[in-house]
Amino acid sequence: MISRSERWVNYLIQSAFALFALYPLLSVVSAALTPQGQVPTLLPTQITGGNFAEAWELGRFGTYLRTSVVVSACVVVLATIFSVMAGYAFGTMRFPGSALLFYVLLLGIMVPTEAIVVPLFFDLREIGLTNTLWALVLPQTAQSVAFGTFWMRAYFRSSSRSMMEAARLDGAGHWRTLWSIMVPIGRPAMVTMIVLVFMWTWNEFLIPLVMVTDESLRTAPLGLAFFQGQYTSDFGLLAAGAAIVALPVVVVYLFLQRHFIRGMLEGAVKE
Amino acid sequence: MAYLYVLPAYLVFGLFLLVPLGRAIVLSLYEWNGLTPATWVGLDNYRDVVADEGLRAAFGHAAVLIVFYAVIPTVVALALVATMTRARLRGLGFFRTVLFVPQVVAMVVVAVAWRQIYAPDGPLNEVLRSIGLDGVARAWLGDFTYALPAVGFVGTWVQTGLCVVLFLAGVSKIPRELYEAARIDGAGAIREFFTVVLPALRNEISVALTLTVIAALRNFDLVYVMTSGGPGSSTTVPSYEVYRRAFEIGEVGSAAAVAVSLTVMIFVLTLGITRVAERGTS
Repeated sequence: MISRSERWVNYLIQSAFALFALYPLLSVVSAALTPQGQVPTLLPTQITGGNFAEAWELGRFGTYLRTSVVVSACVVVLATIFSVMAGYAFGTMRFPGSALLFYVLLLGIMVPTEAIVVPLFFDLREIGLTNTLWALVLPQTAQSVAFGTFWMRAYFRSSSRSMMEAARLDGAGHWRTLWSIMVPIGRPAMVTMIVLVFMWTWNEFLIPLVMVTDESLRTAPLGLAFFQGQYTSDFGLLAAGAAIVALPVVVVYLFLQRHFIRGMLEGAVKE
Repeated sequence: MAYLYVLPAYLVFGLFLLVPLGRAIVLSLYEWNGLTPATWVGLDNYRDVVADEGLRAAFGHAAVLIVFYAVIPTVVALALVATMTRARLRGLGFFRTVLFVPQVVAMVVVAVAWRQIYAPDGPLNEVLRSIGLDGVARAWLGDFTYALPAVGFVGTWVQTGLCVVLFLAGVSKIPRELYEAARIDGAGAIREFFTVVLPALRNEISVALTLTVIAALRNFDLVYVMTSGGPGSSTTVPSYEVYRRAFEIGEVGSAAAVAVSLTVMIFVLTLGITRVAERGTS
């Protein structure tokens, strides 16, 4: 047992850290909600949606959000299907070269975007694919598939062998066993993978910055960066834009935080 | 049969990750402006990574940022978690949720928030002036000496929560008896930390260092939005040099060489940290 005073000191330290973690984000939210012409304080006395409306108009965030939604949806769907299939093969089947193929994939997880973006741009430009959705979706799918396959393989390896064998004895082929038995019970593992891929894709900045010049193809973070270049003087507007960009991921995080934390911490631990 | 299951994933992975990686290595051996035909220069671009003053500075900045992104958060988080092991406190779940938030917010948003904090008339300078430290107040991101630490401190802010959450998870796995045994031996808080807590967290520390070091080396977004490498080149880093060289000043070969070097650094540091942690346990 510890003394009462030590307990209070502990709470004090924790609160200080929590405040430190939240302050920069709260200052964005409060500046966004403070009416034009007033000095923002951390807890605004009067709040308004005016900055959001104006930023939405001026900054064309509607268009950027639409692109982000389309790109994230495509990457999540493609990466999930491909990762489940490949993870199933690596986790449950033996085939020549599987170890090598898997280790190359593991190395792929560590390759930074910076390493591939330069040749990708020049090669995709060559075949006329820059400035298209493909240029945003396919490279990010490739990165997500590396992590997703690693993640799903771990699930299939740990999942109950007897269940799989029972299904196979009942005459279900690999394909049916995978989609009608293994995938439904593997929902928690899949949800973790999906929220991580969604977050990475939504927040990605370098690939959209390099790949698209067309304004209608700008993703939300890219749109925000350009918006900041134009409206440096009005922090209320900029803050509203920033809040719009951050909100979707933060909302998903608040509902599924266990998946975020588990995935980011366990995903890093190699077997 | 199995190959058919692997095929779609490997097709995308191969075409859009492995091939570009290979192409980056090839490009790094040429001098190319992105338009006219390229000239073979062998390892010259890599020689520049070591010899060119600008690039050496960029890698030096990366080393400084590793201190801010990885070393400080790990030490601070260890200290914080050490104070928290001695008692079961309420509100731990809420605390975890809050501390992890910076990890999920887009870096562009983080950069926007902190640019305002560091602004000449921003909150940081206001606080300094209000406590009479007018001489310390400055345009942080426009200052040749302080811009790099200012960017680095944002990294500290982002990564500390990750380390705390990791270490809290590790600490919760330590059996109560170990603390009791240490206390019976007459260990105080500090000795208890070094004999019980620290050894038990070896794995978590290795994971924390791996994640944060990689984050420190891949911080393009933050540098691009906060300072664009400036003032001068005082905050430029390898990941920013890749972009600048390839897409702003037309030195594609050099950009590729920096990119490949950065990748090798990430591989070596990741494997190195894991190796050290493993050797310690056996």
